[in-house]
Amino acid sequence: MSDLPAEVEGWIDQRRYEEWGEFDVERGYIFSSCSSVQNGNPIYWDEKAANEITDGFIAPPTMISVWFRPHYWSPGRTEEAVALQLHFDLKEKLGLPEAVMSDNTITFYEPVRPGDRLKVTQILRSVSEPKTTKLGTGRFWVFDVEMENQKGELCAIESYTGFGYTRG
Amino acid sequence: MSMDFEQRTLSDVSAGDELPELSIDVTPSTVVLGALATRDWRPMHHDKDFAQERNGTRHIFINTPHNAAYFERYITDWTGPKGRLGKIQFRMSDSVFPGDTMVFHGKVEDTGTDAKGCGWVDLAVWLTVGEKTTTSCKARVALPTDADDNPWKRKGSDWQPRPEA
Repeated sequence: MSDLPAEVEGWIDQRRYEEWGEFDVERGYIFSSCSSVQNGNPIYWDEKAANEITDGFIAPPTMISVWFRPHYWSPGRTEEAVALQLHFDLKEKLGLPEAVMSDNTITFYEPVRPGDRLKVTQILRSVSEPKTTKLGTGRFWVFDVEMENQKGELCAIESYTGFGYTRG
Repeated sequence: MSMDFEQRTLSDVSAGDELPELSIDVTPSTVVLGALATRDWRPMHHDKDFAQERNGTRHIFINTPHNAAYFERYITDWTGPKGRLGKIQFRMSDSVFPGDTMVFHGKVEDTGTDAKGCGWVDLAVWLTVGEKTTTSCKARVALPTDADDNPWKRKGSDWQPRPEA
């Protein structure tokens, strides 16, 4: 790791870009999501089932990224808000203009419920030595996005593997 | 509203079992509904001209979190509502476009019970369009160990969705 810029090396295992979602978890989006994939699971539609099975309504676990995606527009914003800022900062600091995400893993913990507000934190876990693939020469990096609710309970960890590269 | 549902328990499941296939005809509305439901405003998921000119794709295409929502629906249709997703890992190797028929497939790779008594099923799930696999997925889902068990009631250290951690 010694050939990494010191600034990037210093990011490893540091909690960065802590941000709260812009709105509370709400059932309207839960219905939109379930409708978009025809998910008829009664814990999202039937209050009795939700009370019995999940102690009240919850959000589908895979909706986790929905709750911290920025609005398309909001008053006073002058630049486009970018999700996964760490990924873009790595590209810039390492001088790698192109990047792709190869793997995405989500681990689910405490369920997300209507009324929750989520906080997201990005944590760089590793950066590889320079590698050459069919795309070009660059580095792989792994980072986690941790999501917790307003009570400080961990709701999910999303892990991404990215490859930043210069075209070969 | 009150809904009836079927619930699978761990004893109903064995390694090698196959999940029933699910086939979805994709339209532009499918893609746009998913993009909006996941708050993904990027134009390649709603603007065909942009997708063709900037992304070089033949049409708008399904975004990643919408794909994940389909996998979740496919898995919990099979488990029943007490099935609790612990972990999902996926790799998208190709895009899905309007006009495609996407078919979800799944197979039980392993079953077991952890030290806390939680029943787990490891699944391989994949999505095909024609002969091509567009997304591969590994999922770990908790199932009730018997009719009285409910994985959703597990909290704190009784819920261990990442066994290697």
